[in-house]
Amino acid sequence: MDDLELLRRAVAGDESAFTELVTRYHQKLVQIARYYVRTQSSAEDVAQEAWIGVIKGADRFEGRSSMSTWLFRICANRARSIAVRENRVVQVDIDRTPVVASSRFDQGGLWCDPPVPFTELVDDRVANEVMLRAVTSALALLKDPARSVVTLRDVEGLTTSEVADVLGLSEANVRVILHRGRAQIRNIVEDKQREVQK
Amino acid sequence: MILSAPPLVCREAVEFMSDYLDGSLRRRDRKRLERHLENCDVCREYLEQLREVVAATGRVDVEELPPETLDGLVEIFRQLRRGG
Repeated sequence: MDDLELLRRAVAGDESAFTELVTRYHQKLVQIARYYVRTQSSAEDVAQEAWIGVIKGADRFEGRSSMSTWLFRICANRARSIAVRENRVVQVDIDRTPVVASSRFDQGGLWCDPPVPFTELVDDRVANEVMLRAVTSALALLKDPARSVVTLRDVEGLTTSEVADVLGLSEANVRVILHRGRAQIRNIVEDKQREVQK
Repeated sequence: MILSAPPLVCREAVEFMSDYLDGSLRRRDRKRLERHLENCDVCREYLEQLREVVAATGRVDVEELPPETLDGLVEIFRQLRRGG
């Protein structure tokens, strides 16, 4: 069942629809909230409040975005309010260092230590699972805002503009953060591949 | 006179690849990157790896919801339904 139908049923009182929505989204909401608030338990509270708002109808879905984008926006807005209350300034430090270590290029800027091939990771179904596990653990190692940006953009499939809207960032910053996050995941997967080949 | 954009070296090319995958690279830079990729096997390999990583990220599963968290949220739902 799609998100919208689940939401309609949950708001109408269907407990199993609510359970399914919560199973799909709660952990992701906590993760997005965690970017703004001081503690994990505070992030859990924010996500919980977001659900309460949704069920009470305080936040009504008007179809101007996807249901998931709307839900993430509610949660991020609440988390930002809590961050203000906690006097927490959420810095968006954009790292501008090269995504691939300079030492891997020669003085002319050409590769001298080229990427380790991933071929063994993607050759068959089993290897695809290995790749998926490697990417899953790499994503968990990312720090915010990269983790939230990559989650919303590449896991959830939001557009760059929707990610910018949810997280209150400029689209240009989202693109830079996304670029760095993806490259970092590739680097971590490459390190794992290097270990396998040893 | 129209000045043509300087060719990219690999170190610069890798910085354009995420935007390239998303189709958000400016036309001028896209042309520069594509010219570079035509002649650079290693950067083509890097781009392919990045593409694989993005595809695999799209298949990452939801982190499992602890049963006690789910029970707590369902209890709140019930209370709200009862008008609590």
